[in-house]
Amino acid sequence: MSGVLNPASIAAFTTSTDPGMAPVATPFFFYLLSGLAILGGFLVITRRNPVHCALALILTLIAIANLYLMLYAPFVAAVQIIVYAGGIMVLFLFVIMLVSVERASKDRRFNRVWPVGLAAACALMALFVSAFVKGRALFPDRMIAIPEGSNTQQVASMLYGEAGRIGQYTFAFEIASLLLLVAILGAVIMTKKKI
Amino acid sequence: MPNFIMSYLGSTVTPGEAGNQFWALIYVLIIFAGVSLAVVAMNWFERKALAHFQIRLGPMRVGPHGLLQPIADAIKLMLKEDIIPAEADQFVFWIAPLIGLLAAFTVYIVIPFGPSQAVSDMNIGVLFMLGVSSLGVLGIVVAGWASNSHYPLIGALRSSAQMVSYEVAMGLAVVSAVLMTSMKTGTGTLSMIGIVESQQQQGIWFIFKFFPLGFIAFVCFVIAMIAETNRAPFDMAEAESELTAGYHTEYSGLRWSLFMLAEYAAMIAVSSIAVTLWLGGWLRPFPNLLQAPTWDFIFSLFPGLTFGALTAIAVIGVVRMPVHSYFKVQRIGLAVFAALLGFIALVLLVIAIAGRSSDSTVAARLREGIDYVYWFLLKVAFFMYLFIWLRATWPRYRFDQLMRVGWKVLLPITLVVLILTAIVGVIVS
Repeated sequence: MSGVLNPASIAAFTTSTDPGMAPVATPFFFYLLSGLAILGGFLVITRRNPVHCALALILTLIAIANLYLMLYAPFVAAVQIIVYAGGIMVLFLFVIMLVSVERASKDRRFNRVWPVGLAAACALMALFVSAFVKGRALFPDRMIAIPEGSNTQQVASMLYGEAGRIGQYTFAFEIASLLLLVAILGAVIMTKKKI
Repeated sequence: MPNFIMSYLGSTVTPGEAGNQFWALIYVLIIFAGVSLAVVAMNWFERKALAHFQIRLGPMRVGPHGLLQPIADAIKLMLKEDIIPAEADQFVFWIAPLIGLLAAFTVYIVIPFGPSQAVSDMNIGVLFMLGVSSLGVLGIVVAGWASNSHYPLIGALRSSAQMVSYEVAMGLAVVSAVLMTSMKTGTGTLSMIGIVESQQQQGIWFIFKFFPLGFIAFVCFVIAMIAETNRAPFDMAEAESELTAGYHTEYSGLRWSLFMLAEYAAMIAVSSIAVTLWLGGWLRPFPNLLQAPTWDFIFSLFPGLTFGALTAIAVIGVVRMPVHSYFKVQRIGLAVFAALLGFIALVLLVIAIAGRSSDSTVAARLREGIDYVYWFLLKVAFFMYLFIWLRATWPRYRFDQLMRVGWKVLLPITLVVLILTAIVGVIVS
């Protein structure tokens, strides 16, 4: 028992190479999460009930947030969950619940413009594939070791700058936030007759 | 094998940091069991406390002082018929309590019960907690809709409007606390463990930082968190005098109890956020001012003494029990309970005394761990009492009042506090 109580055996545990030390970012999780995202997306366009569609969309959004986590971008993942899954989708559901589901589910799912939609989707797919094939040099051929522990801080210093210097994207970021502010004000003015 | 267990107990990092999945699983199971037990205990305590607030006795028949009441309730709920309304959306009705439960329990991954007593430490800890706990509203909204009934639908609509609006004030209050983490080092952190450690480095709980700014942010957060968890006086979603039972009117049996479990688990989770951000998490009182080993030892006696006090209360209960053959079983039961509490107190005291001598033994580590978890849970327990206290004291808000408080009072206050915190922080540093 005395061997248990000495500091060396305590330290041994944390430094030991456990079989459980393998990184989480394995191909298995990538395929699982991608599969879930695709399944969710497929359900969004095929389910008749709008609430089911919204739930499937939430599944897709959460799967994508987990893919961001696998890419060592925890901040983006958290924002994805807070903004999309937590905020926007709740508002979506809020609106959908007020719609008469019976009538909506009897409407025709695919109306006459579906060839246009299909063409647009195919064009987008072709764009992605060509970007991947032609711009192969842009993609790293293996996973880059990114310090996950300071991801948020790095995002912040890119957006706001650090040590008195303006960040790489400060200007674009501020312009985007101004645009959002204008959109909010516009929405308020358009919905409220008297302010 | 004992070596293995001892090395778990003596570790200085979280399982997530060590990358040990087995150990993480053990922690998850401990937390799951602990939270479920805490919810059961909270159920009993809430009924008792509410009863005493109203000068009643509360549950007294099932077990001594109604101690077995929650177990009886649980058995009743499990055996009860589980009704799904014919017109309900079967699948969504089935999945809704699970969404709420998953959201409530996933949050516990990042809650730091101590510097190494957490499942994992994430770089985005606070954001993760806010995001995942905000998913809990989906369970409520979807439950109300799937019931295909009027009261649940109105309850769900109210709840979603309420939670979305109070999330804003909550987030802003959290941001002002996160700003404070960057004061001494220049780099802030969102990690739950990092936030507590920065409070230790700065030598002050954030509730007292830049007084009264930290305090105002804390109060705003507490109000928002009560609204977030749909508790009285903001329990519009389940206002029984207006909506029968709100979003879970159509639920019964096990599914209903899952909603209750999720609600109480979420209450503990948001209280832990408040404790971590403003009340110094696992830190004992005055960790920097009174840091002599003697003080360490004195404060490490507290867990044992707390259980000793509980033992004393139970013993008084045994002594004061009326002498009558009807009360014989109850008396024996309470005596056994007192003996159990006394045994726990004894074990805790022995560990505190054994761990005093040196820093490196497993006993010392164990004592440290018990200390951390004890102070954290004590602070959370205060919040749990606060929830009951407010429920017993305040009348329910009206819905328009609720919205007014959220948007026209809390939001401006938290915004001003955030800006002032930033200004004061820049001036100070």
